[in-house]
Amino acid sequence: MREPIITFEKVNKWFAQFHVLRDIDLEVGHGERIVICGPSGSGKSTLIRCINRLEEHQQGRLVVDGVELSDDVKAIEAIRRKVGLVFQQFNLFPHLTVLENLTLAPMWVAGVPQKEAEERAMAQLTRVRIAEQAQKYPMQLSGGQQQRVAIARALCLTPKIMLFDEPTSALDPEMIKEVLDVIIELAGQGMTMICVSHEMGFAKSVADRVIFMDFGQIVEQNSPEEFFNHPKNERTRDFLSKILSH
Amino acid sequence: MSVSSVDTFVPIAARPAPVAIRGTLGWVRRNLFGGPASVLATLTIIAALFYYVPGFIDWAVFNAVTRPDVAACRALDGAGACWGVIAEKYRLILLGRYPFDEQWRPLAATLLMVAMLIASCTRPLWSRWLVLAWVIVFAAFFILMRGGVLGLSAVETDRWGGLPLTLLLSTIGIAAAFPVAILVALGRRSHLPALRTICIVYVELIRGVPLISVLFMASFMFPLFMPQGVTINVLVRVLVGITLFAAAYLAEVVRGGLQAIPNGQLEAAASLGLSYWQTQRKIVLPQALRLVVPSIMNSFISTFKDTSLVTIVSLYELTGSVTLALAGDSNWRSFFVEAYLFIAAIYWIFCFAMSRYSQWVEQHLNVGHRRA
Repeated sequence: MREPIITFEKVNKWFAQFHVLRDIDLEVGHGERIVICGPSGSGKSTLIRCINRLEEHQQGRLVVDGVELSDDVKAIEAIRRKVGLVFQQFNLFPHLTVLENLTLAPMWVAGVPQKEAEERAMAQLTRVRIAEQAQKYPMQLSGGQQQRVAIARALCLTPKIMLFDEPTSALDPEMIKEVLDVIIELAGQGMTMICVSHEMGFAKSVADRVIFMDFGQIVEQNSPEEFFNHPKNERTRDFLSKILSH
Repeated sequence: MSVSSVDTFVPIAARPAPVAIRGTLGWVRRNLFGGPASVLATLTIIAALFYYVPGFIDWAVFNAVTRPDVAACRALDGAGACWGVIAEKYRLILLGRYPFDEQWRPLAATLLMVAMLIASCTRPLWSRWLVLAWVIVFAAFFILMRGGVLGLSAVETDRWGGLPLTLLLSTIGIAAAFPVAILVALGRRSHLPALRTICIVYVELIRGVPLISVLFMASFMFPLFMPQGVTINVLVRVLVGITLFAAAYLAEVVRGGLQAIPNGQLEAAASLGLSYWQTQRKIVLPQALRLVVPSIMNSFISTFKDTSLVTIVSLYELTGSVTLALAGDSNWRSFFVEAYLFIAAIYWIFCFAMSRYSQWVEQHLNVGHRRA
């Protein structure tokens, strides 16, 4: 097997006194698609936010695409260019149009000329099927449209890794599908993806591996079939019975 | 037997709101006669207007003397306004002690500055060239006022006064205070403890003292600490004082705006790889500043009026020059009310213009927070 693109080695993190990540060991292969689930407060979001250092880990080693995360600002900025993150709350920039949201980072971070940045942005907007909204402001769009813009914005830096932090949790039920469809389409294109989600149908259809976290630990990880049909751990069974029972 | 049918959904067409809540009559009914307390307040105010307004109009218009005629003004004995004092003294009030024969210079400088202020507020003219234009306008302003070149006789800054001095102090004070305020506000939220402490100490120190004492320090104490032979023009020292004072208040206003920006915006910027300064410039400040436009304008208006305090360090701007114009002239000394009303009107025009402009800015900047 090739060297993993993301490696966690005994990673620990605390929020003040709260031990949020405990001895995390995890390797993510190139092109692997992982879905992480678990109860709230189990450390799922914190785990993926460590990958682009929105959160800092305090112990252990975390290596992303050959670079170990440390206080080195240059290394962090380099990694952030390779890692796209999609938030639960979209976090689009409300004072910029959709197109400006997409061209900002390519122009200012990657130094792409405006015209080329706009062409790339339009290509990504077409990819998430929202090109006709390019001149609108985020607040004029529905939640599902905003989240698709957010995905396109992350894709504009042509990242090697895409992280999704509960991308459909803030959406109305009618809009979940349009966002998941876009993510599923991306998943088919060979990008490394880690998605925190409770959409179990989605996990079954796209994931190479499903990870269950609780109390800041990785409790169980397996292929979707094994994970959903033969969960080994009692905590996993308990969790699955709660979210699959209705 | 029967085929199960599907009901067709027909939405109810939207109808206009009832007349009672629309139109002028509806507005009057709701806002002026909405209940017993409201009716009482409306009637009281109308009665008060009937009682006081005619008397004021008699004083200000019908009984007033507009000629610069002291005897006629004295004869009024308070029954009418003596606007003659303004006809007599307007040049001294507006331009201070500037040499009489050279007064076209401060006048031209003032008009130039006002024209530039208006131009700066006009959206189609917002570009990099505006900065260059300001540099040229300030240079022209100083050449006109100071002279000593191009065949203009030299006029020392201690003879500058009136409206041009007020405009100069407030424009430079505001223009310099704004960037300082932004840096201090950012510094106060910095992760670097030393920087944060310096900014907190600065704001709390300056906010804790009256502007008058800052001006006194700048004018009288500061020169004592300078090395022998080094002097800095009192105008410059006072400008620095006003700037530091205004910046401390403005910094807190800006900080209020910064705090209103959700953390998610910073996280989104960070995850796109934007640096600290890029994030502030492109994401945080544009949103934070438009949130606090009303408060920023509040500070600007305060600063504009605070310039009247420089009289105490012998700079005779608009307010000071009124005293200057009347105190030395026993004929007109008693008509200070009219003179002060005159400069109050000038201050009001500028402040009202600033206030209206701030409303316009708010409307034009809130794109993105407006739906559809």
